[in-house]
Amino acid sequence: MSATTLAWLALALPLAGAIVTALGFRFWRGRAAGYVGTAALFGSFACAVGAFLALQGEPAEGRQLVSALWDYAATAGLDAELSILVDPLSILMLLVVTGVSALIHLYAVAYMGGDRGYTRFFSYLNFFVFSMVLLVLAGNFLVLIIGWAFVGAASYLLISFWYRRATATAAGIKAFVINVLGDVGLVLGAYFLFSGTGTLDFLTTFERAPEVFTENDGDLVAGCILLLVGAFAKSAQVPLHTWLPDAMEGPTPVSALIHAATMVTAGVYLIARMHPLFELAPTAGTVGAIIGCATLLIAATTAMAQTDLKRVIAYSTMSQIGYMVMAVSAGAYVAGLFHLMTHAFFKALLFMAAGSVIAAMAGNQNMDQMGGFRRAMPFTFGCFVVGGLALAGVPPFSGFFSKDEILAYTAERGGIFLVLVAVGYVAAFLTAVYTFRMIFRTFLGEPVPEARELEQGHLYHPENPTNPASGEIEDTEVGFPGPEHHVAEQSPPMKVAMGTLALLAIVGGFLQIPTVTHLLDDFLEPTFAESIYFEALSPSDAATFVGLGLGALIGLAGIATAWLVWVREPGTAAKVRQRLRPAYALFLNKWWFDELIGAVIVRPARWLGSFALTAFERLFVQGTLVGGTSGIVRAGSAAVRAAQSGFLRFYVALFLGGMVAFTIWFLLQA
Amino acid sequence: MAIEWYLALSALIFVIGAGGVLTRRNPLVILLCVELMLNAGNLALVAFNRMHGGGDGQIFALMVMVVAACEVVIGLGIIVALYRRHLPIDVDEMRELQG
Repeated sequence: MSATTLAWLALALPLAGAIVTALGFRFWRGRAAGYVGTAALFGSFACAVGAFLALQGEPAEGRQLVSALWDYAATAGLDAELSILVDPLSILMLLVVTGVSALIHLYAVAYMGGDRGYTRFFSYLNFFVFSMVLLVLAGNFLVLIIGWAFVGAASYLLISFWYRRATATAAGIKAFVINVLGDVGLVLGAYFLFSGTGTLDFLTTFERAPEVFTENDGDLVAGCILLLVGAFAKSAQVPLHTWLPDAMEGPTPVSALIHAATMVTAGVYLIARMHPLFELAPTAGTVGAIIGCATLLIAATTAMAQTDLKRVIAYSTMSQIGYMVMAVSAGAYVAGLFHLMTHAFFKALLFMAAGSVIAAMAGNQNMDQMGGFRRAMPFTFGCFVVGGLALAGVPPFSGFFSKDEILAYTAERGGIFLVLVAVGYVAAFLTAVYTFRMIFRTFLGEPVPEARELEQGHLYHPENPTNPASGEIEDTEVGFPGPEHHVAEQSPPMKVAMGTLALLAIVGGFLQIPTVTHLLDDFLEPTFAESIYFEALSPSDAATFVGLGLGALIGLAGIATAWLVWVREPGTAAKVRQRLRPAYALFLNKWWFDELIGAVIVRPARWLGSFALTAFERLFVQGTLVGGTSGIVRAGSAAVRAAQSGFLRFYVALFLGGMVAFTIWFLLQA
Repeated sequence: MAIEWYLALSALIFVIGAGGVLTRRNPLVILLCVELMLNAGNLALVAFNRMHGGGDGQIFALMVMVVAACEVVIGLGIIVALYRRHLPIDVDEMRELQG
């Protein structure tokens, strides 16, 4: 089969899985829906691998295939087709998305096993993967926008999966609103480009863009910045990032899949996909790099002070995506996509391991109440450490190679980018510190009662299930987490999924060992062949090895710092907190972004709403429009009514008077 | 005789009738005056018929008489009904249909 046929199949299978699991919700017993959904994903991954092999069989210059199923609108001057673009970039994303999704589905088969909404969960999850695959395979702006919006909707459904939890539904709404803001940016950006080039198709757009737009053309920069707004909203970059930490209200497989491995990397993919435009509009690229850099620092510092286990990982996700956005905006495309791939592995792994811990704590995510899980859950501990080492950038784990490649390639741009790289190194140190703070606080130290219970081979169940965020008492019916929970140690599917990802997190970096292997470079070359940065940005061997050494040193120093502060002398953290009180308050309150957005946007909007309700609605709509119309009718009818006096002789007089007047008029006319 | 005389008589009778309708309050008298107006119209119709020849005007006059008869029947019926219910026989008092 051809590469495009297989790509269509990879797109169709998750959709089929979503429909089949949804329609059969009365029919599925036990874990059947989970297995059906997982099978669909493994099938999709197999198709993706097939498409990859078929594409590699083509000659290098023929590796950009477009395939269209049908026209959406057959109008002159508008090429709105349902088309997909199969090239190395989309295939790489397809492999990462379907591969990681398949493993997370497998994990969720067990993890969600006790939940009453099991079938619904897998239907949503399959629908999400379908949307994401549609997004990465899109061959024109129209399909991209559809996939983009579907992904946002699926994310909303999954964050609010426990729909009777007020905190979860609020988080879902927040995520959806911010994502829709990004959708608007994407649509407007696509419009700017369409009005210039007159085509929606990606390849044609890239072909025509240099003819239509001059370098840093106003329309093009505006279009690219609007695309960046879309990318920032989806990828949780400052200042549109506040939804991501809140999204941790969703079930842990959702956090692993959507809010770490796939959906939040859509922005990185978008920038990489649009690289010919961003190279024509270097201003927009610089803006993207600066925002990415700001995000990676803000997120890394915030993660230092958070105590919610999943939120720390969420902030670390934001920070890592900041690296990727910085890289692809600066022109280091392969480095950014390489980090995207390795990050998908180790971050999904970290979330899965965290999910296992959270299940052992019966839903509690607060690190202050965790500790000593090392002996109770050795497998989870091992996976967490592997993921943590990869995240901290310790050789030879995958994150080490990808993060250092980003910093080395971005530094090659020189000028302001050197500042960004320096910030990147600072944040890398912070990353190592907060990652191991998390590990030390969760797994080392005195075992908490839950850990002791698990050591006896018995999983902790609370007497009354409560919402860990608000403390409200819950039941275990549909709409709340189910009565059973599962930890990796006791559940083979979870163990398999985590083991595979742990392996990938270790070996994933070997694809691109500087000066030794460059598999990803070679694979992605057809997509980026025309790029002005692809060949030009190549750090010298000396610079590369200095960078690698520095990266490794910083990672190890961070881990050592974390060990000193949280293991060797446990009181240090409190002392540092005392001394750096303002900084601690800043980080604890997430740089007051929620409050800032509240003051700048939400409060004025609410004020405008109440103004509209009291003044505009009451005075203009009710008073002038509605009151005016009815007033005119009422006054008119009063005037007409006055003529209906009921005096017969008055009527006759009017009638005769009228007749006489008419007669006189006709006589005068004659 | 010239047609003007007939027309002048017809107009005179019509104005007398109209004046009666306007000034009188007794419905019985108003009906009489309406009858005068209708017959003034009839006179004009017959006079013009004589002037132009043919029978159209006379036929119209006959139809007006039929209509007048119907009108009187209904009008008198209403007046009798009012009288039976001891209501005032005065058009100025009958104004329940005001707006």
